[in-house]
Amino acid sequence: MKALPLLVRLLRDPGLARSLDLAGWDLLLRQSTSANLSPSLLALLEAHGLLDAVPAQPRAHLEWVRALATRHRQAVRFEVECIGAALARVEGLGPLILLKGAAYAMAGLRAGAGRLFGDIDILVPKARLDEVESALMLHGWASTQVDAYDQRYYRQWMHELPPMQHVRRQTSIDVHHAILPQTAPLHPDPALLRAAAVAIEGTPGLATLAPADMVLHSAVHLFFDGEFDKGLRDLLDLHRLFQEFGTRPGFWEALPARARTLELERPLFYALRYSHRLLGTAVPDTVLAALAPTGPSRALLGLMDALFERALLPMHASCDDAFTGSARFALYVRGNWLRMPPLMLARHLFHKAFLSPRGESVPV
Amino acid sequence: MLTVASLSRRQLETRLAGSGLALQTGPIVSRIRSPIGQVADAIALLYGDYPVHGEDGFADFHVGLQRPRGLRRWYKPQVEFDLDGQVPFEPLPEAHAFPMLEWGLNWCISTRAHAYLMIHAAVVERGGRAAILPAPPGSGKSTLCAALVNRGWRLLSDELALFRPQDGLLVPVPRPVSLKNHSIDVIRGYAADAVLSTPVSNTTKGTVAHLKAPTDSVARAHETARPAWIVFPKYEAGAATALTPIPRARAFFRVADNAFNYSHMGARGFATLAAAIEGCASYDFRYSDLDEAMALFAALERAP
Repeated sequence: MKALPLLVRLLRDPGLARSLDLAGWDLLLRQSTSANLSPSLLALLEAHGLLDAVPAQPRAHLEWVRALATRHRQAVRFEVECIGAALARVEGLGPLILLKGAAYAMAGLRAGAGRLFGDIDILVPKARLDEVESALMLHGWASTQVDAYDQRYYRQWMHELPPMQHVRRQTSIDVHHAILPQTAPLHPDPALLRAAAVAIEGTPGLATLAPADMVLHSAVHLFFDGEFDKGLRDLLDLHRLFQEFGTRPGFWEALPARARTLELERPLFYALRYSHRLLGTAVPDTVLAALAPTGPSRALLGLMDALFERALLPMHASCDDAFTGSARFALYVRGNWLRMPPLMLARHLFHKAFLSPRGESVPV
Repeated sequence: MLTVASLSRRQLETRLAGSGLALQTGPIVSRIRSPIGQVADAIALLYGDYPVHGEDGFADFHVGLQRPRGLRRWYKPQVEFDLDGQVPFEPLPEAHAFPMLEWGLNWCISTRAHAYLMIHAAVVERGGRAAILPAPPGSGKSTLCAALVNRGWRLLSDELALFRPQDGLLVPVPRPVSLKNHSIDVIRGYAADAVLSTPVSNTTKGTVAHLKAPTDSVARAHETARPAWIVFPKYEAGAATALTPIPRARAFFRVADNAFNYSHMGARGFATLAAAIEGCASYDFRYSDLDEAMALFAALERAP
């Protein structure tokens, strides 16, 4: 593997901050901004008591970021409260299960420190989707996909409702009933995920997935998707989740078996591999050994290394080499391939290319 | 410190075409890359007094103005603005390169510099007290601002009032004043020695030219100012000069309406703006005659 970018090296070893000159800080903040990680960088420097080692100019620049991160934290809390209030009237729905960024933030996990995200993701039973959607609409959320084709695309094939946006606050919510599209080759059973969900302490009515499931969801989200513009952020989520949960008794022991039950061994294999190779995550040998047979063949693994170890770096010119563009494109194609069977994909892409109204966002 | 004026034309072009010209405007350093001649021309003309940083320093923004690749390089050439590789806007005709740089830099600050409460307003200062002129485009804000800075007021900014939440003071980012359409001739007629960039026509804002900021304003870019007046200007042909006080609560919401990041700042934004409104006299100001407007501002400034 070639030399890692400065940001990645600093995420592995925050103490590196002490040795940076102004040009180093310049590059570090550029890479962080491109990776949407500057608030996470601020949180990391603060957690390691390194903020005073930052020279005046980059320090002032980091203070710009602090205002944004503070506001984001408040906004997420408020939004989650609003969603909770809207869904409180849906009888027998149980606790509100938060996914990804909102879950990390509300559960106070280290992965949530400084993490910016656009949408709140929630998980509800498929049988209750209609009631949940009506309750949200009554409280001001409306579907943003007006095109009939897009509506059908989401409702028939995807694992979520078309994204909804609040008419006044402009905030977005993704209502999931599963963690992978219905058309994907893997089918992690959402009922198992919901049954294992754990309440967030001190916040009645809110829950997250169980630790192992949270990791597996994060892994499948990153390694089965085609877009890597936030790849490093998502890999850092995995790294921090492994670090935090890894100290809890029984976490590592149960993880491989849970991955098998949910058909998510391959994404977990990739998550452990690249989190370890890029960010230096400590993974017990027993876990690596248990998952080794679930990885791809040696030749394919070499290819995946070449692709992921480019696409997971910050989207910044200083991190690119001659093959970065091709790697991102290849993974984009792979992401769509994994999303639905070839014929269905061809039909979908044909429709988006030639029949959908121009200027619409392409939900692929 | 090195200034743009101390670079030869060749050195300026080499930096712009190579690793970038690191230009300091107030608290912000922007590293600008562009091979386009008009950009170098306008920077040489309007930014002579500004400090330039070395090639291995820190910059808040890394911006480029490049010709997009492809056939458009030869047929009706265009220019594209990028912020460290990200392209936020559609390309414009190459002749619009310098206005695009100015708009792009304003956009960089207003979407990123959240250490300040940022209001879309011109700010001028005299005797340690600052007048904030918030206004939507077309209100004659820039014309009034240009006239004031040619009559002894210090320019803090033509577009961005930066309130520092810690102490409520205004932080200057003096840059060229953007003049549109008829205002260009008005200011030429009003200040014979005004230095203006070549007007660019058919932009989204009509014909645009930029007025060089006074040397003294650039030299004092590190001196903050205390907000004293909030004046909502409105140019109306033939109107009599009229200054009408505005109740504070109303002034508050009208300033907040012109803010770039009021909601981003949360409670801090509210507290900062409330303190500013508390310490300021707020007015609606209708004018058509610049001399009368200048006399009125002079009277404001003389009052205790």
